[in-house]
Amino acid sequence: MTTTDHTDTDTGHDTGQGEHGVHKPDSFYIQVALILGAITAAEVYASYAGWLGRAFVPLLLIMMVIKFLMVVSLFMHLKFDNKIFSYLFYAGLILAVLVYAAALATFRFFSPT
Amino acid sequence: MAMWLFLGSECLLFGGLISTYMLYRGRHSANLGPDQVFDIPFTSVSSFVLLMSSLTMVLAVSSSARNDDRGTNLWLVVTALLGATFVGGQVYEFTAFYREGLGFTTSLFSSSFYTLTGFHGVHVTVGIIMLMALVGINKRGRIPGKKSEVVELIGLYWHFVDIVWIVIFTLVYLIPS
Repeated sequence: MTTTDHTDTDTGHDTGQGEHGVHKPDSFYIQVALILGAITAAEVYASYAGWLGRAFVPLLLIMMVIKFLMVVSLFMHLKFDNKIFSYLFYAGLILAVLVYAAALATFRFFSPT
Repeated sequence: MAMWLFLGSECLLFGGLISTYMLYRGRHSANLGPDQVFDIPFTSVSSFVLLMSSLTMVLAVSSSARNDDRGTNLWLVVTALLGATFVGGQVYEFTAFYREGLGFTTSLFSSSFYTLTGFHGVHVTVGIIMLMALVGINKRGRIPGKKSEVVELIGLYWHFVDIVWIVIFTLVYLIPS
């Protein structure tokens, strides 16, 4: 049984799945979570701050993208993992954004009202 | 690799639902639109809870990589509890909206909103079931193959659910219609 487990471990490393090297200390993840919490608080503050004007929506979108990328690259280890996983995930994501942006454009979603 | 392919395909599913909501969010009656019914402070707390569940999930993955079974189970249970808190908040929110008169078929806005957030809630619920099943299997020592990889795969699903909410929270709740 022990031999089998060891073989599985080696196989996992060869295929680049679940490598121990990608794991950071717990304090690193806590710091990331605190930053994510702070960005969320900033998002909520921005939604109540009337003085942002036209910068409001772009600012929210930038903060959303930062949070998204932090979770994907640091919590999901995509930054440290095999590049093929990044290609697979971002291919789906980019395809989704392009397809639905085109679909919304056909409904004249982006046209000025 | 299969999990990443699955998550890539899930991007398409939620992309469709979010696009549909963006398209129809202005189609509502005068007094039952997003600006009237959404409770931003409440949803902000729910979002924070789900965000912190990603931290506890990554701590569970980290514990399993160190072969710390007790730590793994503890963080998995905490993650499931935070997820359940989020789902409970969503149920409360849906109930409050319904009492205000916003049913599923009230308007195109309500249909697309309930479908989008409901689908996300179902994904969180499935994640909670997966987490609790993993705790049970781990306690019995019946996880096949490398334990840390199994925990990491479920962790990927959980983080994906979190990133979907990051997008929903901004596009649906914070950006006014």
